[in-house]
Amino acid sequence: MKLKKGIPLIDQGNSLGFWGGKFGGNFVPETLKKPIEDLEILFNKLKKDKKFISERDKYFKNWIGTPTRFIKLENLTNHVGGAQIWSKVVSDANGGAHKIYNATVHCLLAKRSGKKIICGDTGAGYAGKMLSMAAKKFGLKCKIFMGAKDIERQQPNVRAMKKNGAQVIPVYSGSQTLVDAVSECMRFWVANCDTTAMCVGSTVGPAVFVRICGWSTSQISRELKIQLIEEFGYIPKKLKLYNCVGGGSSSFGFWNEFMDYDKKQCEFIGVEAGGPAKSRKHAAPLTYGSKIGILHGAAQYVNQNSDGQIEETESISAGLDYPGISPLHCFLKDTKRARYTAASDEEALRAYKLVTKYEKLRPSLEPSHAFSVAIREAKKMSKNTIVVVNSCGDAYKDKKILRSRLGKKYA
Amino acid sequence: MLNPIDLAFKKAKNENRPALLTYTVAGDSTKNQSLIILNAISKHADILELGVPHNTPVADGSQIQTSAYRAIKNGIKIEDIFWIVKKYKKNKNSKPIILMGYYNMIFQYGEKKFLEKCKKVGVNGLIVVDLPWPENKSFIKKCRKKSIYLIQLLSPTTSKERLNKIIRDSHAMNYFISMLSTTGGKLKVSSKKIMSNYFKIKKINPKKNVVIGFGITEKSIKSLKKADGLVVGSAICKEISVSIQKRQNPVTNVANLVKKLKYKIL
Repeated sequence: MKLKKGIPLIDQGNSLGFWGGKFGGNFVPETLKKPIEDLEILFNKLKKDKKFISERDKYFKNWIGTPTRFIKLENLTNHVGGAQIWSKVVSDANGGAHKIYNATVHCLLAKRSGKKIICGDTGAGYAGKMLSMAAKKFGLKCKIFMGAKDIERQQPNVRAMKKNGAQVIPVYSGSQTLVDAVSECMRFWVANCDTTAMCVGSTVGPAVFVRICGWSTSQISRELKIQLIEEFGYIPKKLKLYNCVGGGSSSFGFWNEFMDYDKKQCEFIGVEAGGPAKSRKHAAPLTYGSKIGILHGAAQYVNQNSDGQIEETESISAGLDYPGISPLHCFLKDTKRARYTAASDEEALRAYKLVTKYEKLRPSLEPSHAFSVAIREAKKMSKNTIVVVNSCGDAYKDKKILRSRLGKKYA
Repeated sequence: MLNPIDLAFKKAKNENRPALLTYTVAGDSTKNQSLIILNAISKHADILELGVPHNTPVADGSQIQTSAYRAIKNGIKIEDIFWIVKKYKKNKNSKPIILMGYYNMIFQYGEKKFLEKCKKVGVNGLIVVDLPWPENKSFIKKCRKKSIYLIQLLSPTTSKERLNKIIRDSHAMNYFISMLSTTGGKLKVSSKKIMSNYFKIKKINPKKNVVIGFGITEKSIKSLKKADGLVVGSAICKEISVSIQKRQNPVTNVANLVKKLKYKIL
């Protein structure tokens, strides 16, 4: 299994949509074959279409607000001692997280295909909030599927979705979190694919959804590459890119443009959700050696029992609380291009405290996982090492959890 | 030698009626009870589909989901499902059995080992909801070697060209999904429309049996009786749920329902 150079990773799958011959694919009911094929044809055409790309860039620039900042965390660097710690503040983007890129592209595609309704899943509520924003912007009706447990713990985003005119449909089956929301959304699409477009909220699902999402979030690394050269005059000799990984959309977007660099120069570190320190449950299939299985249309490493039933996950962060992981990341793991590790709930909370103490930055619980590992490892690195953490979400949505876990001061 | 599935269709055809296929979830509500249900409906149904419950079913509506979650909650494991089939096949009036489920269960068990086990306990056919053509090409061949039918699903969204290819590679039985829906949705298209789609499919290869499923109930079954076979699933699962709720005996209620369904298509 090998990565190819000079070809975007999203286009390195085989004719059946498998990366490395075994990750991804299209394990879908027959009814979805046609709409997926239609979407593939449309996307393959439009991603080469200069007019479409300039339309995308126009909305990215004027509506999402690109580029997002790239800043040095001076105080944190001084406190930690070791590598220089920088952050790409993707939460600057309109709506407060990277999910806006994928949502915008899906709505542009839906418009082109003539669909009037768009449905989507959400965990932390960001994917849903952004889809509701984009749907409103482009005049589409919007339905968001969200686990009942997530609705309870991510209220600010639920309110935002409703304000944007989206219908939020609570999902009560299974663990009532992201995994069930994705299932329910796919079921809805099975029954309504003639009138409705579907947006999968991360680099998961049938192959075309993995590709569209990766193509959309790659905006992050396109910007970062330019910003690094502006700042240093070149791509640093020792660059470490830390990102949290749930489904894997922000991390993939954060790394994509650096894929062809040698990993000694440009290392990728993915941080999964290790769950509560005292619990055996987690959402870290790559770190804890889960087996390959099929989830939501794609082959991937996934938490499951020996019978193939998908196992419940546990994490303080709703956005990372997913038993599977993008086929792209499975491929990056097996080719050893990226390194994966996990941070526990408690470690993420400690990192959040530390970052907010020293910097004017409020990373949500998801990127706090990445900060935790970055801070731990930066200590042991030389001063000329450039550590960049993708702060891909804002903590506003986590108010309730932060207040109960850390007290009023931090909420 | 004919697959018992072919014999079942032949028998129904001789009686000038469609074959009646039932769907129940293995282990719903318990391992033993689902076996008793199979035995009880055997008299009236021609082919029995047995659902392999999965906890992330992307094509099942609420009735079958409820049954599946109930079975999983009550501890059903894949080995128990093989046990149910094995026991059921000891019944001298037993009918052909089709296991219906999602690919991950087979993938984890191992395709080869799974088929060997199916063969051993007496499974006659398989429906794998999320392993469509052409992804299932190699699995079709493996099934053929064991004389187990892999039943292909066909949908209103399946293109003409694709229908031709799927049917060319298929075994002697295919399954037409009546409408755009998860299992158990309300019939949102007319029976006439469904039958006209059905005959288009049937024309591609008249020798292969095609059954219709999704959304078929006591009310609608009669209007589709020109098909080779008709599948009723969610309505039966619902009957089990309602019986449990009302503290009635699901076995008698389900058996009565299947008997009524059969009466409608005679």
